[in-house]
Amino acid sequence: MGGKFLFDGQPVPFEEGQTILQAARAAGHYIPHLCWHPDFPPHGSCKLCIVKVGGRHVSSCALPARDGMEVESNTPEINGERRALLQMLFVEGNHFCPSCEKSGNCQLQALAYELDMSSARFAHFYPDRPVDASHPDVLLDFNRCIFCELCVRASRDVDHKGVFALTGRGIRKHLVVNAESGRLADTDFAVGDRAADICPVGVILHKRVGFALPIGERKYDEASISTVAMEKGE
Amino acid sequence: MQDAERIAAQAVEHHRREPSQLLQILIETQDGIGHLPPASLTRIADLLDLPRSRVEGVAGFYSFLHMEPVGRYRILFSDNIIDRMLGSRGLMESLCRLLEVAPGEVSADGAVSVDTTSCTGMGDQGPAILVNGLAVTRLDEARVERIASLVRAGTPLADWPADYLHVDDNIRRRGALLGEDFVPGAALQAAMARGRQGWLEEVRISGLRGRGGAGFTTAVKWMACRDAPGADKVVVCNADEGEPGTFKDRVLLASQAERIFEGMTLAAWATGARQGLLYLRGEYRYLLKHLRAVLALRRAAGLLGARILGEGGFDFDIDIHLGAGAYVCGEETALLESLEGKRGTPRIRPPFPVTHGYLGRPTVVNNVETLAKTTLIAVQGGAAFAATGTPQSTGTKLLSISGDCAYPGVYEYPFGVTIEHVLEDCGAHDPQVVQVGGASGVTIAGHEFHRRIAFEDVPTAGAFMVFDGRRDPFEMARNFVHFFAHESCGFCTPCRVGTALLKGYMDKLASGKGAKMDLADIEWLDRLLKNASHCGLGSSAPNPVIDTLIKFRPAYERRLVSLDFKPAFDLDAALETARRMTGRDDPAAHLDWREEV
Repeated sequence: MGGKFLFDGQPVPFEEGQTILQAARAAGHYIPHLCWHPDFPPHGSCKLCIVKVGGRHVSSCALPARDGMEVESNTPEINGERRALLQMLFVEGNHFCPSCEKSGNCQLQALAYELDMSSARFAHFYPDRPVDASHPDVLLDFNRCIFCELCVRASRDVDHKGVFALTGRGIRKHLVVNAESGRLADTDFAVGDRAADICPVGVILHKRVGFALPIGERKYDEASISTVAMEKGE
Repeated sequence: MQDAERIAAQAVEHHRREPSQLLQILIETQDGIGHLPPASLTRIADLLDLPRSRVEGVAGFYSFLHMEPVGRYRILFSDNIIDRMLGSRGLMESLCRLLEVAPGEVSADGAVSVDTTSCTGMGDQGPAILVNGLAVTRLDEARVERIASLVRAGTPLADWPADYLHVDDNIRRRGALLGEDFVPGAALQAAMARGRQGWLEEVRISGLRGRGGAGFTTAVKWMACRDAPGADKVVVCNADEGEPGTFKDRVLLASQAERIFEGMTLAAWATGARQGLLYLRGEYRYLLKHLRAVLALRRAAGLLGARILGEGGFDFDIDIHLGAGAYVCGEETALLESLEGKRGTPRIRPPFPVTHGYLGRPTVVNNVETLAKTTLIAVQGGAAFAATGTPQSTGTKLLSISGDCAYPGVYEYPFGVTIEHVLEDCGAHDPQVVQVGGASGVTIAGHEFHRRIAFEDVPTAGAFMVFDGRRDPFEMARNFVHFFAHESCGFCTPCRVGTALLKGYMDKLASGKGAKMDLADIEWLDRLLKNASHCGLGSSAPNPVIDTLIKFRPAYERRLVSLDFKPAFDLDAALETARRMTGRDDPAAHLDWREEV
């Protein structure tokens, strides 16, 4: 049984089983997200998609829409909280946008622009995260990992390889690959895997194409992430 | 290394190559080797036909699993604020000095490592440690010296003085649950005589609510599970009592195991479940033998197994799973993940466990005390149970009382008892603060001592920590913030990063570098954690800070050095490496040297 809910005052129809985020997108409303991907079930870890329903914060990617709900999303309050979550992701890892090959194609960077993040606010953690350049075709730069687990999910559920997994806990959580050596080269990872093209930030990088398209002419240089998401369905 | 692979393979076979047993397999493998070397993980993954990365993911999640070598004696000091107030920090320093080992490291000969761990549930008899997973209580300088010599001599734990490994129940006040004798099977007979529906009706009339903290109505949970599609239902007992300052479930497991298992069987009678699982926190591992013996007795008595008490179609049995040091697994969906042999990450809800629980099956998850209480309802009837307590909080509540009081231990009170009444009973002189419900609970100041322990006033899972006038509420809150940062599973951004940031701010204040802006940032983080976290761990992590900031703000403000901003970063200290590299330490190699000269 579908119905209608109010999204920032606008009526949004939904079908049974649709989440708030799915229904809002279908109706042309963008909700920021990082760990959510249209091809995968909701994960709910990044919390960028938080909205307020009846005064309560919920993850819009995971909560099924219900008839008559009143959803607040694009408000100064919620966007302020989203900005703080982005700041947390920035200080937790090592993100140097000007020298990053993902610059302009990075969803974290694009969302920071979208939500007017002008400083990191919090103290940086500067974690020590060595890169893995062992694989002939792909470089892993763990400094930029935001733990969305899209690579974990893609490799497990689409590629059926289980190349990636998270280990550790809390702030020490980190990505590992499926090899006793800990090296990507010793896994069955291939450049054609779904997991090779799923990273929203700059962890999984294809070698030899880093700057084929110059910074300034890239996806989110041309249009904001909300425009790209809504017009291209990405 | 071949030995490691052999031990790992044995553990896998022992658990019938069942991937859902992965955590149990890892614990058993580590028992045999001392830690989990890379080859053991590879072997386990091969035999279970799992990606190695997944096995490594699980091994890295739990505090008591080690992928690097640890000492043959692994000594962990319980680091709750109560243990600290009893002197744990000084005792740890003494032990480290005697054993010539730095905290967090392994001694050069590999004999011993000393570190801290989250509250081990011995607040009434601390300071407490775990030695190779087993509890040693009531530490003092004499015991520390003796332990150092036992370790140096390589004396096996089994040959240590028996009283070192003795854990007291310290039951100080008995109500209906702790006061009455229990005949195993009596509650089951009474419930079975009423029929499944009649029994559920009694539970409904009793008004019983979950004793694990959330206070959900037990009968509603049981009915939802009974009515959920799927024939293979499960009853889970949550014995992952990790809330700092709580130990009443430990006492129930030690003294009332029959009631707990009978309560699980009563839940099975109500819901039609055939499988039961008890998730025992790793810190209570010393109880495992006792609990297994009680299960064996119950099987022999026809109270578990096929055709319980001769009733055709009533088949139910119970397994015990061990945790391995992860507070978050007390959250019911994280607990289910852990039971399935995974990382203890809380699930997205809905769906709820009553419809999609253990391995996707309809599952009832109840706290130890809740299940034990159901035996009272079966024997006395629901109305008699509801006659004590308050209308919204029926029956009694066990409190774990520790801290600045003469008689720490477990107290059973009818719900509705006032905090001042409890303080008087436990011999608290000059109480200043009571932390009710543990680190995630409520900070109660003196002017609130008239408040009542009840779901509708001050709810609690059972912790009751008393702090007198000598104590500093800021240090209490800082200890709890460290705890949450350590125990965050790391799944969601606000909790993973927010608890670590909060810890940084509290440490900055403690080191005397705080400024007013830091208080504003702390309050902002509190709000983000509350609003945006994925589960109760994150949303309750800021509670002690929020409460103490409101009720004891001067404890924060007297730590501020400046009204605007002061960096945590010490620029001159950062030049130390450069000074060492250049061999300089003259005044000109320091910042602000002109003023100093």
